[in-house]
Amino acid sequence: MEVRPFNDISYERFVSEDKLMGSKCRKCGALSVPPRPICIKCHGSEMEWVEMKGKGKLAAFTCVAIGPPFMIKEGYDRKHPYVSGVVELEEGAKVVARIEGIDATKPEAIRIGAPLKIEFLHRGEGENSTTFLAFRPS
Amino acid sequence: MRGRRKLGRGVAVVGAGMSKFGMYSDKDSKYLFAEAFHEMLSTVDKGIDPKDIDALYLGNFTNDFFVHQGHWGPIISDLLGLTPKPATRTEGACASSALAFREGVFAIASEFYDMVLVGGVEEMSKRNTEEVTQGLAMAASPYEVRAGFTFPGVFGAIATAYFAKYGASREHLMNVTIKSHNNARLNPKAQFNVSIRDIMNQRIEKAKSKGGPVPAWKDEKEFLRDAGANPVVAWPMHLYDCCPISDGASCVLLVAEKMAKNFSDNPLYVVGIGQGSGKGLHAKEDLTYFEATRYAAKEAYELSGLKPKDVQIAEVHDCFSIAEILHIEDLGFFKPGEGYKAVEEGLTRLDGSKPINTSGGLKCKGHPVGATGTGQIVEIWKQLRGEAGERQVPIKNLRIGATQSLGGTGGTCTLTILERR
Repeated sequence: MEVRPFNDISYERFVSEDKLMGSKCRKCGALSVPPRPICIKCHGSEMEWVEMKGKGKLAAFTCVAIGPPFMIKEGYDRKHPYVSGVVELEEGAKVVARIEGIDATKPEAIRIGAPLKIEFLHRGEGENSTTFLAFRPS
Repeated sequence: MRGRRKLGRGVAVVGAGMSKFGMYSDKDSKYLFAEAFHEMLSTVDKGIDPKDIDALYLGNFTNDFFVHQGHWGPIISDLLGLTPKPATRTEGACASSALAFREGVFAIASEFYDMVLVGGVEEMSKRNTEEVTQGLAMAASPYEVRAGFTFPGVFGAIATAYFAKYGASREHLMNVTIKSHNNARLNPKAQFNVSIRDIMNQRIEKAKSKGGPVPAWKDEKEFLRDAGANPVVAWPMHLYDCCPISDGASCVLLVAEKMAKNFSDNPLYVVGIGQGSGKGLHAKEDLTYFEATRYAAKEAYELSGLKPKDVQIAEVHDCFSIAEILHIEDLGFFKPGEGYKAVEEGLTRLDGSKPINTSGGLKCKGHPVGATGTGQIVEIWKQLRGEAGERQVPIKNLRIGATQSLGGTGGTCTLTILERR
């Protein structure tokens, strides 16, 4: 496998290949998702890619009624809100992601700590294609 | 115990002014800054000659994007007739003018300048909500934006983490909103200088005059629970949890402490300043506090030799209701997890033991982002000098006040502590 730089471009490329990847510091073992070129624990610069298993639990969430233009384009609005969340991965790192398969109109029923599994959302075609990182209840 | 940092010499505030915050179709940001400057001059007890101002530090976040004009330092310097004196713009998202204040303090403390004007300005209302949302998202992390987070969404997520950890609920956030509106009702400079009760009465009168069904809200909380009156923006953040889109300007005049009495009968002395930086939402170890605020607070308390209990009154950055609860905990006024209880018990009200956001806060006074930091100083200036009129806090021997600013989603936080001697 070619060595990709430890940056956001590589991170997004991996996501588009249905992989959630982080960087692990070769010196102290600290994990970062998304990857970092500098370890914030020991300031080491020798990193290696590690793939996350894609399991985690919900650490925080919001049900967004007024979203940014790209979410409105997907059909979300006041009547059709969506969930965004912070997910704590089994490996310990946290990521922000879209949360699928949860009713955003019933936020009181959403439980912090709920187990989640990863899902990759492919949107658009050709040059306009994007992949969003998402999780859904497992 | 004083920490290792210290200011080279003392710095004092001798004047402070602001425009009314609001949405103006007929006034631009330069005009609003001129208003703030005029008011500031009128508050310098013994007067100053603006020609004596050595430099300008100006906080501004989005004019490049919203007004399509950058380079605001010299534009404002020219407006005020201060050219060719140096003018420097500072950017720290919603904390931009808090940074201008800090730079001004350093410039005088280092003995480089004797008199510095610091302020902030922002013009947001001439853009539609979508553009404003996009503009403000420039201060968030790119990961958050891709995951569908908006600014209210980030603070909504923080609220859910806080609720789960400490057992608080939306009802507790409503206490913050009701208090902010009650204070803003007494502040003629506030964008929304009405109480929630006033808004309810207006709605009821309107319904009666139209002959439609008259709402039967029993109290303020019932109004805030009504999804028609208070729609969800990013749960649990509803309309009345969020600060508005605002235009406005504010400024403060700083001089070397030894000169303060030449200009003012009642100057305020800068005894504590602190600033910290923080990570994005996903990288926070704990979502229920801001590491940057805690760091800024530690710095400011160490510099001043003061403790949280010594701060008698504070303006904190309540861009969203939940933020006010986190800030009063991060500043050490209340223990983690107890801020919401303190608000519920009324301790942060105008007549409470620790009045918070007597101006109405960002929620009601308005949040023209670049103008907010020095706008908070204007309120503390008025309160400590006993000039806050109807909203003057009834604390005897009021001497110590503080202002806390937060930029972005906690990326830049500051604490400033002022003392009247």
